[in-house]
Amino acid sequence: MNPVREIVRAIRSTLVLWLLVAVIYPFAMLAISQIAFPYQANGSLIKNAQGQVIGSALIGQPFTSDRYFNSRPSSTSYSTADPKKDETGVLKTGVSGASNLAPSNRALLDRINGKTDPDPKQAIAGDLPRLKQAGIQPTADLLYTSGSSLDPHITPEAATAQIQRIAQARKLSPDRLQTLIAQNTDDRSFGIFGEPGVNVLKLNLALDALS
Amino acid sequence: MMQGWIQIGLTLIIILAITPIFGGYIARVYLGQRTFLDRVLNPVDRLIFSLSSVQPQAQMTGWQYARAILFSNLAMAILLFLMLMLQGFLPLNPTGLGAPSWDTALHTTISFMTNTNQQHYSGETTYSYFSQMLGLGFMFFTSAGTGIAVAIAFIRGLTGRPLGNFYVDLTQAITRILLPISIVGSIVLVAAGTPETLAGAIVVPTLENPNISQSIAIGPIAHFEIIKELGENGGGFFAINSAHPFENPNGLTNLIQILAMISMPTSLIYTYGVIADNRKQAWLVFGMVFIIYVAFIIVTAVGEYQGNPLVNSILGSSQPNLEGKEVRFGWAQSALYAVTTTGTMCGAVNAMLDSFMPAGGFILLSNLFLQIIWGGQGTGTAYLFSYLILAVFVTGLMVGRTPEFLGRKIEKNEVVLTSFLLLLVHPICVLFPGAITLAFPEQLGGISNPGFHGLAQVVYEYASAAANNGSGFEGLADSQPVPTALWWNLSTCFSLLGGRYVPIVALLLLAEGMSQKQPVPFTTGTLRTDTVLFTSVTAGVILIMGALTFFPVLALGPIAEGFQLLRGA
Repeated sequence: MNPVREIVRAIRSTLVLWLLVAVIYPFAMLAISQIAFPYQANGSLIKNAQGQVIGSALIGQPFTSDRYFNSRPSSTSYSTADPKKDETGVLKTGVSGASNLAPSNRALLDRINGKTDPDPKQAIAGDLPRLKQAGIQPTADLLYTSGSSLDPHITPEAATAQIQRIAQARKLSPDRLQTLIAQNTDDRSFGIFGEPGVNVLKLNLALDALS
Repeated sequence: MMQGWIQIGLTLIIILAITPIFGGYIARVYLGQRTFLDRVLNPVDRLIFSLSSVQPQAQMTGWQYARAILFSNLAMAILLFLMLMLQGFLPLNPTGLGAPSWDTALHTTISFMTNTNQQHYSGETTYSYFSQMLGLGFMFFTSAGTGIAVAIAFIRGLTGRPLGNFYVDLTQAITRILLPISIVGSIVLVAAGTPETLAGAIVVPTLENPNISQSIAIGPIAHFEIIKELGENGGGFFAINSAHPFENPNGLTNLIQILAMISMPTSLIYTYGVIADNRKQAWLVFGMVFIIYVAFIIVTAVGEYQGNPLVNSILGSSQPNLEGKEVRFGWAQSALYAVTTTGTMCGAVNAMLDSFMPAGGFILLSNLFLQIIWGGQGTGTAYLFSYLILAVFVTGLMVGRTPEFLGRKIEKNEVVLTSFLLLLVHPICVLFPGAITLAFPEQLGGISNPGFHGLAQVVYEYASAAANNGSGFEGLADSQPVPTALWWNLSTCFSLLGGRYVPIVALLLLAEGMSQKQPVPFTTGTLRTDTVLFTSVTAGVILIMGALTFFPVLALGPIAEGFQLLRGA
């Protein structure tokens, strides 16, 4: 066969298929999604009473204080940065990432236990001391960083372990908090697939709405 | 714990139910029988053929088929490379991203062209919506379609038919299989919560501290996600792939993704059974792979469920290893997804493989070495039947008969091609560059996890490239701007190309040789290949010939790491 004809056919076929699967298909899906499911298609955004976007129901936020249910540790601090000191441009694009620490890596235990070092830059605070100080019985999800660093959930056990502390800080009854946790738990799909998770951002928003 | 096993069991049952339906449909498409989509799609196909000057009736020889693949893939690669390098000047770039470094763009191009989707970059910060939608998304369809076409041509050859026409097979793979499922699938994914928008990143003040802002990356994800899984591509829209809550928001989307990535390779085995008119053999081969697959899932899941002994001693109880895992998936869905994605050569991840326990690491690496625990889109099925040919040869030697497969004699040519294909190409593409990198760990390696795990990181990267999988032990410093990125980008290209095109050409030549043989009549002396005994022998051949080559690496990597953890150090 004539090689020139073969090449021309390859190029023409490439362009035709490109038009079909890379132009027509995605733009048609965009149009359908935006018309039929605008809430999901735009990122399941949560708005406040003034209509301003304050987060996404699918994306977690960092919480470490006593007044809020704490979220999981995150290797990117939930894609957050101080807008005045954002040299690496986190806020420009948003980021995701994981620790990628092997189970045998010393750094994993150092991150959990903390590490003292004469050089303050080398010292690590550690999640375990922080949780112990806050009086939280640690669960696996509160010590291990998530895959995406944006995990919106903690396990129901991790939420329950924090009730006492929040009840004291906010002067609320533990029963009330237990109800809030149940209301903000995303169950398994069809009751079967996946694991139940407490949506920390939604739970803390509900907490603020109470007091 | 029981709940986790129920989820896994139910998913496996759904896979079993889908296989004959979908596999039968694919067979109808490629046997030219009527399907329910004909009325809409026949005119579309005709339009595509006339616009691209393809004569659908023209048959290709094995060599012509291979040349068509090489030429068309090259044309696609040049188009993609130009798009990536020029993205700064192209539209749909809300975050204002410039061109990536040339080696990143080259690696991305080759990686997506070869259906691998190994990513040495973060989606959010490297490629614009234009590059992802109109560039990478294009390769999702064509590279998957190329794999399906090769499998179909291979099956045709084995069963004594002419190989067909590459452009027709590619077009039909896209219009009859990949595109219709993607359209339905992306609508379901959006309804379940996956975003699909052209808006740029959303910046909001955080609730706890309004002085700190959060940037939520978003984009046209749903349509990208479904074909990413269905085509065994696996290249995530975001750095963190299907662990990202936007790519994979809940248990339902996770189920859809698992089914999407496994349905093609499982069904293609059944398709073979229909075309060869021997469903019994198809189910036997299916069963053999299924048993290994289930065993692999159990080993991985038990490892993750038991957790890390070092951390468990801190916790004071045995809890699952959740490092690099999302709460909504837990140990069960993370383990199931990981074994499926490495087995099917999809390469998408919903949990970080680098942080899996050594038992999981052992299984994931074994999947990449064997390449047939379902295997890549199309090519995995072809490898599987090549192993049958090899097993026929081995058993033929044992009983002293002329080996035959499907009524065709297995001769020197077939044995040379299959053993070259199965026993030489993969080790060369994995172990040679791996050895070079390990000889210069400081200058080339970029290992992030010290000790035995570091060796596994390096070998995994090349195994993933050569098997066209694309997942990784992602701690490895392989992305620009670190100094080791240039070596990783260029050296993995060798494995990517070698692991893709050498086997494809060999498979097509093998198929052509088989199709031209005179069928020998079936007698009482013929060695039957559709028996449990023969299938078991095949499993032995696969494990001995395919796995032993790589056993030293497994021993020095995950097995040694496992003992280290048991010792408590």
